[in-house]
Amino acid sequence: MRRLLQIARYPNLVVGGVLTGGLLAVALLSLAWTPQDPALQDIAGRFAPPGGAHWLGTDLYGRDTLSLMMAAATTSVTVGLIAVGIGAGLGVPLGLVAATWRGRWADDAIGRLVDLVFAFPALLSAVLITALVGPGAATAIVAIGLFNVAVFARVTRGAVRAVAVRDFVRAAQALGRRRLDIALTHLLPNAAGAILVQATVQFAVAILAEAGLSYLGFGVQPPTPSWGKMLFDAQTLMFLAPMQAVYPGVAIALAVLGLNLLGDGLRDLLDPRLVPMRAA
Amino acid sequence: MTSFLARRVSVCLVTLWAASVVVFAAMTALPGDPALVMLGTEASPETLAALRRELGLDRPVVERYAAWVGGLLTGDLGVSHAYDVAVGALIADRLAVTVPLAVLAMGLAVAVAVPLGVLAADRRGRFADYGVLGFAQLGVAVPGFWIGILLILVFAVELGWFPAGGFPGWQDQAAAALSALVLPALALALPEAAILARVTRAALLETLAEDFVRTARAKGLGRRAVLVRHVLRNALVPMVTIGGLQFAFLIAGAIIIESVFTLPGLGRLVVQAIGQRDLVVVQSVVVLLAALVIAVNLLVDLAAAAIDPRPRLADR
Repeated sequence: MRRLLQIARYPNLVVGGVLTGGLLAVALLSLAWTPQDPALQDIAGRFAPPGGAHWLGTDLYGRDTLSLMMAAATTSVTVGLIAVGIGAGLGVPLGLVAATWRGRWADDAIGRLVDLVFAFPALLSAVLITALVGPGAATAIVAIGLFNVAVFARVTRGAVRAVAVRDFVRAAQALGRRRLDIALTHLLPNAAGAILVQATVQFAVAILAEAGLSYLGFGVQPPTPSWGKMLFDAQTLMFLAPMQAVYPGVAIALAVLGLNLLGDGLRDLLDPRLVPMRAA
Repeated sequence: MTSFLARRVSVCLVTLWAASVVVFAAMTALPGDPALVMLGTEASPETLAALRRELGLDRPVVERYAAWVGGLLTGDLGVSHAYDVAVGALIADRLAVTVPLAVLAMGLAVAVAVPLGVLAADRRGRFADYGVLGFAQLGVAVPGFWIGILLILVFAVELGWFPAGGFPGWQDQAAAALSALVLPALALALPEAAILARVTRAALLETLAEDFVRTARAKGLGRRAVLVRHVLRNALVPMVTIGGLQFAFLIAGAIIIESVFTLPGLGRLVVQAIGQRDLVVVQSVVVLLAALVIAVNLLVDLAAAAIDPRPRLADR
């Protein structure tokens, strides 16, 4: 109860948690149930207005918009999770190595690698990868994941370096503990908060990037539903059914807003020094 | 400053070289015959052989890379197989849309973000501050291309104030061309403005806590005067740094926004080139955009070092 009251003091955390929880719940629910089959086409019933059997109406193929939106949430969450997994799985060890062996060749090499990846924003990488292997979910995941590797490497390096100057780390060094030992038992656990906060931000960035890539046709391919692809379809016929161009955008905005607020809330919770600054 | 400049420029040159290797290697590693990929299975053996010769596929990889880099440096980027014109001329033509779009968007973002950031810092903890923070959260969360679609819906379809897409060119109709860039620039600018407003607010609040601000106030300077004359100038470094970094995302964002508004810019060129399997164009545009990102980052570093020499001196 006391813990719950403590969490309630962070409105960003609460609102972000509720929105993100909602996103994950919808994505999970759509695996088991949607109001209708998202792939079921009914050309005679296309552009049906909201209400009755179709709460959000139907699209240009007569598919139920709400069901498509729910199934597309699964696509966004899946791409986001894998892209963040790739980023954290490769970027965190790279950042840890760079910070632990600061100023050595490994640090320099990783620094240059990060510079190189940052020269190719995710969309640009996706263009290159699409030219190579064609469009698809894998293209989107690899492009976003690669960019995430650089982000996580830089954040981890910075966070670990900030921890490395603290007294307990110096004490461990004085006791003769090995670098790798200190990195794994002291540095990484104490930098985990910053990495976790970054993970929520990169999850949000991945959802935005996936939507953008699918809008361009570089991301997930039909019949797999995607909010970006829904927006593309809706734009071509927005004179006939303008609301179809609104719903997917609202879904993306709520998902990204939720994750960003969750990140802000987690940062406030994990770094209490920031709370007085925010409240003052 | 000279050694700092030399160090930063050399790092950027290495990154640029590495980026060129990545792009070239990616295109070289293309599975199958690039000529077949570009022309399709219906092309005659003679046409395929001619394109292979033109692409230099009969030469060793290192020689091809050297020739390609030489071409990049001299502006000879080859010929687009889809448009049958020199890639350099094609890119220059498209830059006439993308550069004004990016500059207009960045200008709009700064014009909106800085006053909002100053307002939020000045009214910290009050309604205006929370309003700006709310705008920043929403602005970052809403995808730019969706804003573009909504802007078309409201200002082009409903009100008819601006065109829904297309670009008439600068030659005869400069006013119409500028009008065609207004909505895309707004769509690109909003997420940037949201981030910049937040950074401006944070930088100003941090600077407001410095001793020299207290001294200026103690000497009798008004709150507004201190904020504008002293605090804003000292908060410039993070604002310039983040603004510059955001420029890279703005360029990437232009790839989508140009597709939303069917603008004949560099972004749309590369998207179409993929559809047309025009790999020479893809290769050149991607390396050009990467070079642009690297150059902007260098300029940001140099500007930050010129504004505040402390980190540069501490690096020695």
